[in-house]
Amino acid sequence: MATIKLSTNKIDELRAVCKSFNHEKGELINVLHKAQGIFGYLPAEVQEIIARELNVSVAHVYGVVSFYSFFTMLPKGEHPVSICLGTACYVRGAEKIIEEFKRVLNIGVGETTSDGKFSLACLRCVGACGLAPVVLVGDKVYGRLSPESVKDIVAEYAK
Amino acid sequence: METIKINIDNKIVEVEKGATILKAAKQVGVHIPTLCHLHLHDLNIENKPAGCRICVVEVAGRRNLAPACVTECYEGMVINTNNIKVLNARKTVLELILSDHPSDCLICSKNGNCELQSMAQDFGVREIHYEGEKSTYRADTSPAIIRDVDKCIMCRRCEMMCNDVQTVGVLSAVNRGFMSVVAPAFERNLDHSECTYCGQCVAVCPTGALTEVDHTNAVIRALADPSKTVIVQTAPAVRAALGEEFGMEPGTLVTGKMAAALRRLGFNYVFDTDFAADLTIMEEGTELLDRLNRHLQGDTSVALPILTSCCPGWVNFFEHQFPEMRDIPSTARSPQQMFGAITKTYFADKIGVKRENMVVVSVMPCLAKKYECQRDEFKTNGNPDVDFSISTRELAHLIKQLNISFNELPEEDFDHPLGESTGAAVIFGTTGGVIEAAVRTAYELQTGKKLEKVDFEELRGMDFIREATIDFDGLPIRIGIAHGLGNARKLLEEIKAGRSEYHAIEIMACPGGCIGGGGQPLHHGDSSILKARQKALYSEDAGKTLRKSHENPYIIELYKEFLGKPCGELSHHLLHTHYFDKSVEVSVVE
Ligand code: SF4
Ligand code: SF4
Ligand code: SF4
Ligand code: FES
Ligand code: FES
Repeated sequence: MATIKLSTNKIDELRAVCKSFNHEKGELINVLHKAQGIFGYLPAEVQEIIARELNVSVAHVYGVVSFYSFFTMLPKGEHPVSICLGTACYVRGAEKIIEEFKRVLNIGVGETTSDGKFSLACLRCVGACGLAPVVLVGDKVYGRLSPESVKDIVAEYAK
Repeated sequence: METIKINIDNKIVEVEKGATILKAAKQVGVHIPTLCHLHLHDLNIENKPAGCRICVVEVAGRRNLAPACVTECYEGMVINTNNIKVLNARKTVLELILSDHPSDCLICSKNGNCELQSMAQDFGVREIHYEGEKSTYRADTSPAIIRDVDKCIMCRRCEMMCNDVQTVGVLSAVNRGFMSVVAPAFERNLDHSECTYCGQCVAVCPTGALTEVDHTNAVIRALADPSKTVIVQTAPAVRAALGEEFGMEPGTLVTGKMAAALRRLGFNYVFDTDFAADLTIMEEGTELLDRLNRHLQGDTSVALPILTSCCPGWVNFFEHQFPEMRDIPSTARSPQQMFGAITKTYFADKIGVKRENMVVVSVMPCLAKKYECQRDEFKTNGNPDVDFSISTRELAHLIKQLNISFNELPEEDFDHPLGESTGAAVIFGTTGGVIEAAVRTAYELQTGKKLEKVDFEELRGMDFIREATIDFDGLPIRIGIAHGLGNARKLLEEIKAGRSEYHAIEIMACPGGCIGGGGQPLHHGDSSILKARQKALYSEDAGKTLRKSHENPYIIELYKEFLGKPCGELSHHLLHTHYFDKSVEVSVVE
């Protein structure tokens, strides 16, 4: 596992968040939301700090983090790739697109490439059904994709 | 008590207001099956997540079936616990649970003792109508406990024990839906968590998801090896519980039969951890008096209260959670380890056997002892003082495997010299017993007077935190007792805040003390069993001629021939230990 670097500034910010919630156990989910906002993800170290600040067990914090799919323990890549899995996209072959991204990037859904460039996630309908199947890279939308076009997209960012 | 009238299965009954349907049904002798629910009355411990829905009943006027374990009765309620609708619903629930459960009952270590298995039996399940994916997780083996998560049915009893009762907080429900399990943080293995190995999660797990690491085969191999002298020691609480595994009433003392069985298993020497418990009192009692007297003389460098240290679950707890206070507990090793150290030095010399050719096996009510005997500080050149620690349950398996008819055995005695003990040692197995034993000896050593009445009723019982002041001939000694780690935590917080008034505190990790240990025969939710075991230990103590540790003639001989004096140099080396800071710091890298 890579060493995780947390800057002291951000940790101070996190502690301030806990304080703003009065270190209330019941505010755990809100604290986690804010923490994910600060760090972009919730590594074990961040969960340990939160557990101490709110005086709950780390196992409990992890229980909550692992329950909600919104929370992630993996850092997003520099270029987060999100594949729409809404009905229209699904019907138009989104699954094949996922498979191709997995193959080209050599990672699974929810993972990040070892150089930190790309991460892979699935989304519900993004409201561009006319363009199905749809993929987002960061904020940029790519529509009417075929598995063959995946390589080109990756190449565009891989520089 | 305010009561209400309800109708259960066409019987009108009067029950306490606010009672659940389950409780009311029990009162009138109606059995409702349960799986996740667990209620240890005498310990005031209850688990009711209402998760499994095995306990559903029909309530007139209500659309869905109601879970009996959490639904409160109201005046005039009409309940049906066994009509076809109820039975079918329960069976469906059970089949769904079974559809995601491995069916390797035949080779499961819980075979014959599993609540899920007996329920399938009771319900007459012959076929599972649901075919689903079966979840597979990697198994987790620690020095004491095995987690086989595929067998977890998410009753969350273990979580309740670890969090609410023990306040260790190692286990939590994680993930969602089909993938949900109970696991340590980040799904790490137990040995990468703050687990104390108290085994209370194992004691309540209804299935084979949590079990002990089994050393019975290793013991059989040692017994079959002619080059080894194999020595066994049995902890106080084992004799009050082992009989249950052979169908005897809870609270039946089987000390004599157990000694006979161990001899038939082929152990060369059948000794008793009780001997080492007497030794513990000599060391711990001397240490207590030394600290007390220096404190009374105004020496501010000595810390009081002194805390007992014979429970390795408790030692693990403070090493992880209160490392800054690790100079407060006594430095005395647990009886298991004292026994090992004396056996592989003093006794080894006596019989002329090298320690490498000796195998010391301990039979313990405890899972934390499995971990304890593997600690590096209890080894000499890599050879452990105690080679294998097996639980009461494992001993029962050994006896059954070797075809010994336990119930027909005669009563036999332990061997000498390490098999002799006093009544003070026997009560080590229950909450309150260690400190009572210590008081009996410390009183006489401190005052120089003979203690006429050795029974200290004020130290006995099952209340989680107890306190008493004992008159040491004009000197009031204030004693605290806690069992269950959550209660220990309360006393520790007091000490930390400088509010503790006690001179000495006894702590046992398991509710009830070792009689309720994680290695004992399973109580399946019936806490009256613990009380019966406790009573048995006090009665064995009462029946002994010698009831004070310092009167044990073999202990006197051991000091004369070998150790010199309590807390002397050799004792320091063999019978005392030191503790470590095992807290985990959050690693922050700039
Ligand atoms: S052994 Fe004790 S501390 Fe460890 S997980 Fe089980 S209940 Fe918790
Ligand atoms: S491990 Fe055992 S006690 Fe814990 S939730 Fe699973 S089945 Fe229940
Ligand atoms: S109370 Fe007894 S059984 Fe429980 S952990 Fe301590 S020594 Fe072991
Ligand atoms: S289904 Fe993909 S954009 Fe709507
Ligand atoms: S026993 Fe009532 S819901 Fe599990």
